[in-house]
Amino acid sequence: MEEFFQQLTNGLAVGGIYALIALGYTMVYGVLKLINFAHGDLFTMGAYLGFTLLTALNLAGRFGPAPGVVILLLMVMGFIALVGALLERVAYRPLRQAPRLSAVVSALGASIFLQNAVMLIYGARSQVYPQNILPMVGVNVFGVYIPLVRILIVGLSLVMMAGLYLFIQKTRIGTAIRAAAIDQGAARLMGIDVDRVILLVFLLGPALGGTAGVMVGLLYGQVNFTMGWVYGLKAFTAAILGGIGNIPGAMVGGILLGVIEAMGAAYISIAWKDAIAFCVLILILIARPTGLLGERVAEKL
Amino acid sequence: MIRLDQRSITYLWYPIVAGVLASLPMFLNAYWVDVLNSVGLYAILGISLNLIVGHAGLFNLGHAAFYAVGAYTAAILNTKFQIPVMWLMPLCAIAAGSFALLIARPIIHLRGDYLCIVTIGVGEIVRIALINNIFGITGGANGIFGIGRPSVFGFVIRKPHEFFYLIWIFLAFTIFVFRRLEHSRFGRALNYLREDDVAAEGSGINVSHYKLAAFVVGAAWAGMAGNIFAAKMTTISPESFSFWESVLVFTLIILGGSGNNAGVLLGAFLIVGLPELFRDFANARMLVFGAAMVLMMIFRKGGILPAPQRKYKLAGVTGGQGEGRG
Repeated sequence: MEEFFQQLTNGLAVGGIYALIALGYTMVYGVLKLINFAHGDLFTMGAYLGFTLLTALNLAGRFGPAPGVVILLLMVMGFIALVGALLERVAYRPLRQAPRLSAVVSALGASIFLQNAVMLIYGARSQVYPQNILPMVGVNVFGVYIPLVRILIVGLSLVMMAGLYLFIQKTRIGTAIRAAAIDQGAARLMGIDVDRVILLVFLLGPALGGTAGVMVGLLYGQVNFTMGWVYGLKAFTAAILGGIGNIPGAMVGGILLGVIEAMGAAYISIAWKDAIAFCVLILILIARPTGLLGERVAEKL
Repeated sequence: MIRLDQRSITYLWYPIVAGVLASLPMFLNAYWVDVLNSVGLYAILGISLNLIVGHAGLFNLGHAAFYAVGAYTAAILNTKFQIPVMWLMPLCAIAAGSFALLIARPIIHLRGDYLCIVTIGVGEIVRIALINNIFGITGGANGIFGIGRPSVFGFVIRKPHEFFYLIWIFLAFTIFVFRRLEHSRFGRALNYLREDDVAAEGSGINVSHYKLAAFVVGAAWAGMAGNIFAAKMTTISPESFSFWESVLVFTLIILGGSGNNAGVLLGAFLIVGLPELFRDFANARMLVFGAAMVLMMIFRKGGILPAPQRKYKLAGVTGGQGEGRG
C-alpha cells in the first residue's frame, strides 16, 4: 500500500508536469489547428535556461529557496515566452494560409533546430541541476514519506492551471482566445485581433512549458537535450487523452497519464514505461479520437 | 514527336551515369565507398518512404520501425537457422509489410498530423520492444551479432566496394520499380487522394485501401533495405533504428523534393554524404537541416527538386503533382 501511495504522488507530480506542457499543445491546436512539434523543445530550453540561471546567478543562495525558485520560474517563463513568440513569427506565421501539412513540416524543422541548438550550446551530455536549491525534507502522510519537491510541483502546477483556467474563462482576453478557437473568421468580424490572440497563445503556452522544464530539473536533478521530444510526445498524448483543444481536458489528461504511467511502471514493468504512454496514445486515437472530455462543439461565451 | 526525342536523350544519360557510378569505387578509398554505401541505403529507404509521404501524402515518421523489422527478421533467421541473408530478402519484405498492415489498418483513417504522431509512437514502441528483448529473440540492447555475409551466385560480398555494387544495383532496381509504380493507375490514384481525398473517393477510388497499400509497399521495401543493412553491418542493435533515423529519412525527402525520386537521391547525398565532407560541422548538421526545413516550407514547398507536373497527351487533362497540397 505504501508503494501505491508513493507511485500515486509521483504520478501526480509527473502528471502535473505533463499537464503544463499539454496546455501549450492544446491552446495552439485550439486556435491554429496545428500540432506545435517544437513545443517539447521549448520545454527543454526552459529546463536548460533554469539550469544556467541557477548556477550562474545563484538565485537560491541569494534570495532563499522559496523566493529564489519563484524568481527563477518567472525569469524562465518570460524568456521562453519570448522564444515561443519568435518561433511563431518565424516558422508559423508565414505558413498561416498554407496547407496544414506544410506547417507540420515547418514545426518539425523548428523542433530539430531548437533541439540541436540546445545540444550545441550545452553539449550532448546531461546537465546536473544544483542539488541544494530546495531543502531535502519531506512530509509523512499516513506513514508515506513524500518529498517536498513533489508536493511543491503538484501544488505549483495546480495553481498555474487554475490561474490559466480563470484567465481563459473570466477575462475579456480569455474570451477572445476562446472565440478565436471556435471560429477565426467570426472572431475577426467581432473585432477580435486574431493575430494578437495567436501571439498571446504562443506566449502563454511556452511560458507554462518552460516552467515544466524547470520542474523536471528540480524533480529528477538532471536534464538532457533529447528529453523534449519524449516529454512533448507524452504531453501531446495527454492533450489527446483529454480531448485536444480542450483546456480543462489537457489538465485532466496530463494528470491521468502521469498516474497511469507511474502505476504501469510499478505494477507492469519499468522497462516498458515509455511504451505504456504511446500505447495509450494509439488506443485513444483508434477508439475515441475526441478524447475523454470530447471535442467542444458549441460553447456559450 | 519532340517529346520522344527528349525522352531518348534522357535515356542516353542513364548508361553514362551508371558508368560513372560503377567506376567510382576504383578512385575512392574504402572510407568514401562506405559513405556512398550509406547514401545508397538511405536513398533506398527514402524512395520507399517517398511513396508514402511524397505520393500518398501520409506523414510517416516511424519508417525506422519497418526498417528494423526487416533487419531483425534477416538477423534472427540467419543466426538461428543459418539461412543465407539474400534468400531472406522476400521474407523480410513480407515481415515488414505484414507488420505495417497490422499497424496501419486501424490508424489509416486518421487525419495527417495525428497519423504522424501515431507513427512516431509506433516507432518508439518497436524500439522499446527490441531493447526489452521481446519474445527473447532480439538480443536486448546489445542486439544480434554474427550475421552472415550475403552471397550472390556463390560470390560472398564482404568489402565496402563489393557492397557498393550490391546496394547501388538494388537502388537502381528500386528506382525502376517505384517509377513504374508511380506512373501506374496505382500511382495516379495516390496522387489524386493526396491532393483531395474527398474528390478521389467521389471518383471511385477506395481511399483507405490505396493509402493502406502505399503504406504496406513502402514498409515492405524498407524491410528489404533492413536486410541489406543487417548483412552489411553483421551486427544490429536497437540504436540503429531510433526516431532520428526516421527523421533523417523524412528530412531528406522533404529537402530533396517529395514525390520526385531524383530529389530523394539528391536529398540522400545532401543529408548523408555532405556532412562527411564537412566533418567539423557534423554536429551542426541537424541544426542546419532543421532550419532548412522551415525555410523550405516557407519559400520552396516542393523541395530543391520539386516533382515535375504530370503531363498526359489527352487535351485538358493535367496532373496535379506539383505542390503537395495534401
